Amino acid sequence: MSDKIAIRAEAERLLAVFEAAGARRVDADLLQPAETLLDLYGEDIRARAYVTHDPDRGEMMLRPDFTVPVVQMHMENGAEPARYAYLGEVFRTQPAGSGRAREYLQVGYEFFDRTDPERADAEVFALFNEALSPLGLRPATGDIGILKAAVETLTTTERRKAALMRHIWRPRRFRALLDRYTGRAEADPARTALLDRVAADGAEAVVDAAGPEIGLRRRADVLARIAALQEDAGQPPIGRSEADVLDVILSLRETLPNAHQHLSDIAVDLPGLAASVDRMARRMEALNAAGIAVDDLPFEASYGRTTMEYYDGFVFGFVAEDRPDLPPVATGGRYDALTRVLGRGREIPAVGGVVRPELVRHLREGLA
Amino acid sequence: MSVLKLGVPSKGRLMDKTFDWFAERGIEMRRSGSEREYAAKVEGADVDLVLLSAGEIPRELQAGRIHLGVTGSDLVRERIPAWQDVVREVQPMGFGFADLIIAVPAFWADVNSLDDLDAAAADFRRRHGHRLRIATKYHRLVRDFLRDAGVADYQLVDSQGATEGTVKNLTAEAIADITSTGETLRANHLKILQGALVHRSQAVLFKSRAADWLDGRRDTLEDVLERLD
Repeated sequence: MSDKIAIRAEAERLLAVFEAAGARRVDADLLQPAETLLDLYGEDIRARAYVTHDPDRGEMMLRPDFTVPVVQMHMENGAEPARYAYLGEVFRTQPAGSGRAREYLQVGYEFFDRTDPERADAEVFALFNEALSPLGLRPATGDIGILKAAVETLTTTERRKAALMRHIWRPRRFRALLDRYTGRAEADPARTALLDRVAADGAEAVVDAAGPEIGLRRRADVLARIAALQEDAGQPPIGRSEADVLDVILSLRETLPNAHQHLSDIAVDLPGLAASVDRMARRMEALNAAGIAVDDLPFEASYGRTTMEYYDGFVFGFVAEDRPDLPPVATGGRYDALTRVLGRGREIPAVGGVVRPELVRHLREGLA
Repeated sequence: MSVLKLGVPSKGRLMDKTFDWFAERGIEMRRSGSEREYAAKVEGADVDLVLLSAGEIPRELQAGRIHLGVTGSDLVRERIPAWQDVVREVQPMGFGFADLIIAVPAFWADVNSLDDLDAAAADFRRRHGHRLRIATKYHRLVRDFLRDAGVADYQLVDSQGATEGTVKNLTAEAIADITSTGETLRANHLKILQGALVHRSQAVLFKSRAADWLDGRRDTLEDVLERLD
């Protein structure tokens, strides 16, 4: 791989492109409080980030990305709209022997704007497209918002929808839940036995017989969940046709205009999808206006489902097609919900992305 | 032939059983000097015994300071990242059985599977404002297991001992620990979660891939392995 000086020069060049687009340069601490990141990403981040310990501030992590600190900074004192750019090292642990980089530079661009989210999506995508244009990368796009809307349209309880929504980024667990709700999977015998006992003796007696109340999860919590399980057991399964539509959406891979056409057809029968499909159309127009050849732009409804946990709308990536050994050169997307979580009551629509300059440099050397 | 270093547990039942296991296969080990001296030797093979705490044996195997080592399969998986690249399981030894399990309070009548644990964790976080805490000393094993199972909204808190007491003491809501009998769990009003057997551990003879295998040590190993068959 290229030497560090050359990679940094490449990073500065990319940063200059982002600054020329109107971004203000910002920076973030290398040591980030672990608690915030753990609450956002869950325990799995421990296996991917370097965790260290400060005698005074407790657990800290070597910055695994910039998005979280940049969002926090903006939520505290940012004016609107705002465009930020940054350049710096991020750190990720890698499996032994994988040969993947453990520390590398990231150059990023984040755009906070509540006036026209689809135009903001297009602006960020077009900017990355332009910055990377000499490399001949294959773009990928998707929209987690379509998936969320599809779950929202299901004819079932709020509790079931919330459970599916919570696991949208964990495809296996999502599938298991869906199979249970549609009746495709057998009911768990332990749960059936529990509900039989509750029906015979009452929930309170069942819980009291099971053991004394210990710990922070209270008897009331257990009783509330048993009540929820009873209610759920009385619910009809999600209809086969609805589940089939969800499968069609999950496996959709097409050019953007064809995908949009397909989803528009589905939305005729599923009006709940219409708002998201309209957003997709507005984004397509905005991309077109920004000079992107949308007719050939790939769209995968499941794109970003496994790798990009905090994205909840438009998602994109740029990959070197003839180099499957390399990770994506750039990735990005919309993360409105993240600003809600970090904003403690405040929120702002936001979209952004990151480039890995060492990959850009490496590919450019290959072209030279 | 050249001498191999074999790390064995330095005390207790694990040491006695290891000595018995090798004796049954014609390799006599005995402690030299007084009962308190940590030295031992092997009769009839070019093997040096190194007495170590079972918990240190993974580290010594990883560093290649011992060629062979006897320790629990749980410890190797927990302490050595990508352990298959670093050590090889020569032979499971058929003793020192212990299951690494997840246990929850017995009165959680609603929690009987990993699905339930995941759903209860989501409810708990909503009601109590923090992730459901699982006390353990087996961080890597438990985290990998729960990730594969798709369980979210939990956090691991470190507990190096008396883990069964953490729920009562309000420092955790559930535990993940080694249990050989389940006796202690019952006494602390906990139950084993079905489908949550994280790892079934036993004593295993491991070979280090990092150790120096030159100068005829491979031949010595062949010689030892022949007797173990």
